[in-house]
Amino acid sequence: MTVHPSAGSAPASTPPPRPGPASTPPPRPMLTLPSYERPSGVNPPLDFAGYRSTALRAPHQPLVLLPHRLTEITGPLLGAERVTPADADLTAQHEGEPLGQRITVSGRVLDSDGRPVPDTLIEIWQPNAAGRYRHAVDNHPAPLDPNFTGVGRCVTDSEGRYRFVTIKPGSYPWRNHPNAWRPAHIHFSLFGRAFAQRLVTQMYFPGDPLFFQDPIFNSVPEQARDRLISRFDLGLTVPEISLGFAWDIVLRGRGATFFEPLEDRR
Amino acid sequence: MSYKVTPSQTVGPYLAIGLPWPDGPFVVPEGSPGAITITGRVFDGAGEPVPDALVETWQADPDGRFSHPDDPRGAPGQTRPVFRGFGRCPTAADGSYRIITLKPGSLPSPGGGTEAPHLDVSVFARGLLDRVVTRLYFPDEEQANAADPVLAAIGDTRRTATLVAQADPGAVGRLRFDIYLQGERETVFFDV
Repeated sequence: MTVHPSAGSAPASTPPPRPGPASTPPPRPMLTLPSYERPSGVNPPLDFAGYRSTALRAPHQPLVLLPHRLTEITGPLLGAERVTPADADLTAQHEGEPLGQRITVSGRVLDSDGRPVPDTLIEIWQPNAAGRYRHAVDNHPAPLDPNFTGVGRCVTDSEGRYRFVTIKPGSYPWRNHPNAWRPAHIHFSLFGRAFAQRLVTQMYFPGDPLFFQDPIFNSVPEQARDRLISRFDLGLTVPEISLGFAWDIVLRGRGATFFEPLEDRR
Repeated sequence: MSYKVTPSQTVGPYLAIGLPWPDGPFVVPEGSPGAITITGRVFDGAGEPVPDALVETWQADPDGRFSHPDDPRGAPGQTRPVFRGFGRCPTAADGSYRIITLKPGSLPSPGGGTEAPHLDVSVFARGLLDRVVTRLYFPDEEQANAADPVLAAIGDTRRTATLVAQADPGAVGRLRFDIYLQGERETVFFDV
């Protein structure tokens, strides 16, 4: 739910007419700034009873609409300086190979207008093939794999493409409800080009039998859930080595909003 | 629009293996001239600290500029190679985080007015199906805060106060900004 504030509302999306007597100096050109779409029916509600951890953490007050200003249309442009090529291969970070099904996960980062998002940092983390995270809080009775950390990073190329080599994560039990299991998933974190495009999400695998009972997957509006499921892609397999899954990630698209030129006070 | 936007999902309880960076809290290196330290704690609706959250910040530089192609004023006049603008810190067992940065300048606001110096702040955590976003304003900017269009839009001054950090009377350059996800003292969160 969003409250539209009474003041500071979003500017009109089309430039106002600029009539004026011929004797006045020509107006300065209008300033065009990006403004990011606010798609409905995409994101889960913060308060979702089926996912118990939301009960004490989801805000109760309605969110206040924040029109996109300079802080929201800019963002950290983090890239190659934070990544080494080895970071994208989670099977090659230790002396030995991790156990499990080797997979390639690859796709494109786009915005909703189909424009690729190049040179942007992607961070992933996941459990091992047995469904266990290398994290002190995960102590369920499944083995750790000394050859698997489960953390990867890469930067998209000039066409927005990314590629990770990893092993297929296992499903794991959790205590949200009796006999609860998470469908296999990989966590993804993306920055895009602006604060407004920041996205943290999870990628799932096709045909997972655990979807029906998972409140995190099902917190997403029904028509948008399949966007979280990767697709098996024979073209991404490596014969006799590994399977391949394709998954494109779509960030909020940008439109244009017109303003009077900014007063630069410096 | 031909492509459908990918939905958000929670970071879950294990974000600490993937997201923290050793240099995450340092928007500028510690000890940089003019550096300030922002510390605070994240609390849930029962008043308990949230030990598995991630706090991220994004802000203008001290001149009120962004090193970003969509800042229409062009590249920052003074180069600040060490100023990243972005900070990231996981919360500790007591719900605490810290960010070392420079105080941003005020900004011209498209559509008129001037925004007071501020940081955009995202909180990610288990139990949050999407990030929540708030803003941090500065306690020594009363006049600028009073004219800020974002604070003005909130209306309720009691709630607006949740966005103003507190100065630490014992230490210059130290600010405290606690974040209450829910409850009586709930922080104002924005639909970005």
